Amino acid sequence: MNFDLTDEQRAIQSLARDFAQHEVKPRAEHMDREEAFPYDLVSKMAELGFMGLPFPEKYGGAGADTVSYALTVMEIARADASTAITMAAHVSLGATPFYLFGTEEQKQKYLVPLAQGKMLWGFGLTEPNAGSDAGNCSTKAVKQNGNWVINGTKAFITNSGTDLTGGTTITAVTGTRPDGRPEISNIIVPQAAPGFTRSKKYKKMGWRASDTRELSFVDATVPEDSLLGPQGEGYKQFLTILDGGRISVAALSVGLAMGAYDEALQYAKDRVAFGKPISKFQAIQFKLVDMLCEIEHAKLMILKAAWEKDHGRDYVQTASLAKLYAAEVSRRVVNEAVQIHGGYGFMDEYPVSRMYRDQKINEIGEGTNEVQRLVIARLMGL
Amino acid sequence: MKIVVTVKLVPDPNAEKRIDPATKRLVRTGVETVLNPYDEYALEAALQLKERIGGDTTVTVFAMAPESLKETLRKALAMGADDAVLLSDAGLEGSDVWGTSYAMAHALKKVGFDLLIVGGLSDDGSTGATPGALAEYLQTPLVTNARKADVADGKLQIERETDTGYQIVKAPLPTVMTTALTFGEPRYASLKGIMGAKKKTIAAMALADLGLDQSVGAAGAKTELLSFAPPPVRGKGNVVEAADGATGAKAIFDFLKEKKLV
Repeated sequence: MNFDLTDEQRAIQSLARDFAQHEVKPRAEHMDREEAFPYDLVSKMAELGFMGLPFPEKYGGAGADTVSYALTVMEIARADASTAITMAAHVSLGATPFYLFGTEEQKQKYLVPLAQGKMLWGFGLTEPNAGSDAGNCSTKAVKQNGNWVINGTKAFITNSGTDLTGGTTITAVTGTRPDGRPEISNIIVPQAAPGFTRSKKYKKMGWRASDTRELSFVDATVPEDSLLGPQGEGYKQFLTILDGGRISVAALSVGLAMGAYDEALQYAKDRVAFGKPISKFQAIQFKLVDMLCEIEHAKLMILKAAWEKDHGRDYVQTASLAKLYAAEVSRRVVNEAVQIHGGYGFMDEYPVSRMYRDQKINEIGEGTNEVQRLVIARLMGL
Repeated sequence: MKIVVTVKLVPDPNAEKRIDPATKRLVRTGVETVLNPYDEYALEAALQLKERIGGDTTVTVFAMAPESLKETLRKALAMGADDAVLLSDAGLEGSDVWGTSYAMAHALKKVGFDLLIVGGLSDDGSTGATPGALAEYLQTPLVTNARKADVADGKLQIERETDTGYQIVKAPLPTVMTTALTFGEPRYASLKGIMGAKKKTIAAMALADLGLDQSVGAAGAKTELLSFAPPPVRGKGNVVEAADGATGAKAIFDFLKEKKLV
């Protein structure tokens, strides 16, 4: 056993922390209030190499490992969940599918500018009537005259409509399998594809500075060679993408919890009641201890999953456990952070109130807590 | 052109610090070591100059520190320095400003430089004496508090920040320069820089390489720290209680006026 980070992982963590605390944190409140997508922060993150962190240098990435990636997402989420999801969704959902399943030509065309952070990309799986039931995809693509003609709707797609967005990779039914079930494929759809439109940004409770939209395909047309990976492999492919994505979302959750804990700790030391700082009261101390305990626990699970992935081990169950646990930890920690703030925690100008709103999606996005439990139960062979 | 930047490795300025009463030295255990923040500005100046001058200009960072802190130097390499030299020796422990500058100057002569950039101050010792002592031992000019710098025709020209404005100063190379905090915020080390830093060299130097004719370290110290005291505890602030805003504002204004602050 060795719990030491490597020098490189420590350096990346410290870079991410410096950047997040100095450049992201001071902006979080304003961005949330104005629903302002952080274009300049994305460009700074691109410059630092965060937008292509885990991809090899030959594809424009930084060639860092999954542990470094998880540590980076944690530090950014600690400062602002919206900026963190923008970066994490870009890496895990936007760029990763090209890295895992793209042809060399597709990697050069899409992965390189994505890893360099010059372009953003969405991943369109969820539909208005197919969330956890993602296999029940009703978007259809039909081959006609050398093109795929797509009809359907995708919902809640991150990074799908920014000025930097190049397109979205979507799942669509492309036929029927021999067993009679629908055949699903991944299709690359650039923004300019005729018949492809994006809605306005959703009005959201949290993650308000991130870009989330509904996508609509009305006879949307892309060339025949726009499949990502082989035809009919779409279901398997997105399950693989979601497996890796769990580490990312878990890191996002625990990062938010760390940020809320930071705020609560500082507030408890500053706030005086009955003649002394409230951090001197056992009731508050116990809350802070429990928060720290759960954060440490969740962090260890996430780093273990990341380590397993880096070492080519089977990480799927650890990542699912980490995602589920970290999401619930973020709820309990953020809730207690608001509680420690008392009435001030309910006020808009205190960061914990934003964090409270940003938290809920951690238990819903990329597999609800309930679905996560189902996935784990299946992995346990139940 | 060869630019050398001296960096000191200091305890994290944001950490709580304690002085051991027995040794009168800062307790370093449990406190993370970082690059002296002032030296990061010096490094930023060097990197800006390198970018501007181009050609075969190189930036070397130099540190005198225990071997165990070697990896802390990687941050300077990740920010963009080309290589590093670390002077480490048990015999250097306890050096005062004189011993430090004397040993550093001899080492820097061996390293060689056209321009030596030094941070104006160290965050821990804060004597501010090292740049001057280095220039003296290295027999070079010293230009201090630069907010801008450029090199042309073998000469360094700086804008030297003063309380009332700035001076333009020229000095022939080789020379020693210190940086003002207005030179520009130190850059972040990019991921590419971090990944590349592990391949860069940190050359080792020891006292035996310097051939000093006087002893340094605690034994050779010419100054002695007699005592130390924590800063006085700040008194309680005045709380102005007033019936209404106007009365309160008046009370605060009168207070500021009495202190000649307005």
